[in-house]
Amino acid sequence: MCGIAGIVALQESAPAPDRDLLVRMAGSLRHRGPDEFGIFRDRRAGLAHARLSIIDVATGQQPMASEDEGLWLVFNGEIFNYVELRAELVALGHRFRTQSDTEVLIHAYQQWSDGCFERFNGQWAIALWSRADRRLVLCRDRYGVRPLHYVEHAGSVRFASEIKALFADPGVPRALDSEGLAQAFTFWSPLAPRSAFAGVREVEPGHVRTYQDGRVTDRAWWTPRYEPDAGLRTAGDAADAVQAALANATSLRMLRADVPVGSYLSGGLDSSLIAALGREVVGSRFQTFSVTFEDAEFDESGHQRAVVERLGTEHHAIRISGRDIADVFPQVVAHAERPLLRTAPAPMFLLSKLVHEHGIKVVLTGEGADEMFAGYDIFREGRVRRFWARQPQSLVRPRLLERLYPYLARSPVSRSALAREFFGRDLDQAGRPGFAHGPRWSTTSTLQRLFEPSRAAAAERYDPVAELLESLPSGFPTWTPLAQDQYLECRTLMSPYLLSAQGDRMLMAHSVEGRFPFLDRDVIGLANALPDAAKLAGLDEKHVLKQVARAYLPASVVDRPKQAYRSPDAAAFFSRGEPAWVADVTSPAAIAGAGVFDPKAIAQLLGKCRTRAQAGPTSNSDNMAVVGILSTQMLHRLFVEANPAGTALPELRTSVERS
Amino acid sequence: MDAKQLVRDFVMTNFYVPDSLALADTSSLLATGIVDSTGMLEVIAFLEDTFSVTVNEDEMVPGNLDSIENITRFVARKSG
Repeated sequence: MCGIAGIVALQESAPAPDRDLLVRMAGSLRHRGPDEFGIFRDRRAGLAHARLSIIDVATGQQPMASEDEGLWLVFNGEIFNYVELRAELVALGHRFRTQSDTEVLIHAYQQWSDGCFERFNGQWAIALWSRADRRLVLCRDRYGVRPLHYVEHAGSVRFASEIKALFADPGVPRALDSEGLAQAFTFWSPLAPRSAFAGVREVEPGHVRTYQDGRVTDRAWWTPRYEPDAGLRTAGDAADAVQAALANATSLRMLRADVPVGSYLSGGLDSSLIAALGREVVGSRFQTFSVTFEDAEFDESGHQRAVVERLGTEHHAIRISGRDIADVFPQVVAHAERPLLRTAPAPMFLLSKLVHEHGIKVVLTGEGADEMFAGYDIFREGRVRRFWARQPQSLVRPRLLERLYPYLARSPVSRSALAREFFGRDLDQAGRPGFAHGPRWSTTSTLQRLFEPSRAAAAERYDPVAELLESLPSGFPTWTPLAQDQYLECRTLMSPYLLSAQGDRMLMAHSVEGRFPFLDRDVIGLANALPDAAKLAGLDEKHVLKQVARAYLPASVVDRPKQAYRSPDAAAFFSRGEPAWVADVTSPAAIAGAGVFDPKAIAQLLGKCRTRAQAGPTSNSDNMAVVGILSTQMLHRLFVEANPAGTALPELRTSVERS
Repeated sequence: MDAKQLVRDFVMTNFYVPDSLALADTSSLLATGIVDSTGMLEVIAFLEDTFSVTVNEDEMVPGNLDSIENITRFVARKSG
């Protein structure tokens, strides 16, 4: 796992890439790869690399070249099937100098060109420079586990794992982007190709973007397909297939590493199952890591202990208070590089620190299970609301929502007449794409009322949901409603928020690589080929996964009601003393300086939070509003007022200059 | 201050609605997303504290609670 960066001139007349700038770009990514640094430079292109050594520690240095030096490559991630690909390439006549996965990538590109990517089972961001045909290739894995941003500026394209490296050139403009903010205040993150910063783009998950002689192409090399496989019709067939695919995916991720691999363990079904499968692979010492909360509302430590006891792992946990979250939140924003509407990334930041302190560089996680196997409430809510939409006047059907949201039983909104207002919006549009997500997106986007008038006017002209729904894959209308909801969930929440803001960025903040068995190529293919009933049986979520998990986990963990991972939001900042930075980034001068929010509305919200801090539950809207404001203001402070890149010039292990 | 103004001030302040939004007295607070399920509890607590009324279970319907206009009418009926 690593950080990559580079600069490629788009015009013959553009100057050669600046060496110091390349080194500074690598230096700003030191947290992603502190072990070694390297650069390559010729007249047109420069590549930079910050390495976290995991595979072929001795000889896997980057940038790496093909034997004839016609191709140069920097790479962040893992190709888990590189051993199999290497054998295939050797049979085709390729000769290898190292044992690294990086070299396999080079030969795979030589053999199959852009067709190589669909052969990869892994998680990657790649930049490849072909000197012979002056071609730059930027590529990301299927769901965008690894990040890759770019900006076109002053006749060149600059790219990097993180935005801060793009800002290592002080000439690159740094400003918050109105459309990116509108997306964040709708979906919880900007969606690639947009970002939170004007002019800064991100290669979309599953895309390959190329630059050659003034021509730019950008295409999806992979798009998910949801086509049921008739061979998986019986429950037993499905469970056997899922068990085999997950065991294989976990084993690949355990064994394809030259350093020990640990596992996260939340106490929920997904990470517990992955830890159990990982435990079977190593047999001996296996370390697991958990977050626990002081606040019982969020804590899952009882379930964690039950799993640890069953699996016999060497377990480590970090206990987190609201105040801990408030204290690290500025660092969390610095790594997430986008507005956040939840504090949930902060505990993950502290957890990767715990992993790092125990000398572990690689962890398995359960991320992806809820998207692949339909674990989230939104899928159940979508099913109930579609069922209700067939009899919109029914008083009974909306009450099914209480089975999803037990808190509703205590809320006046459980009254069917109010529930109709709240959940029954657009019931006449149940057949339209985005129907299930509509309430969530509109609840979040209502917070755009906090924007100051000119941002609000910009947001008024730009509709992120319409833009999304206009860019759906051609097969989308033929999928079942559940598959459509799964696709939208992956695209709008999993890739940009869970895998990135709460995933890669929080892991890499402490040089820890996450590996995601549920996002294995073959697991994805299998999950998408299952009949809906194997995933969401009635309202029973992750049905087939529970069947598989019974053989490995205590029944109390398999049968527990799903608990969404959450952490204290507004309460973290106000209930037990307020860190000084909160008032600092929300002062009238700071609000005016950032130019995003309406000062009076912010004062009203903060006033309410401060007086109500001890007075009972904070609403979902208030929680999102507070976290959204604090993160956006902090983002402006760290990335626009200041320059996040730093000026460090790390010592290089690899430095290659060619004419 | 009349009841409608009190209700409006509460909604605008408690749910941080900027003046520029020009929230109509008849706009649905739930459908616009300004009030969520917990926010509805805040509305009810406000009515009980400010107007010394008790909101019964069967009165929790949009016709009574879902807009500034409806709330004002509901309070007038309860207090009258």
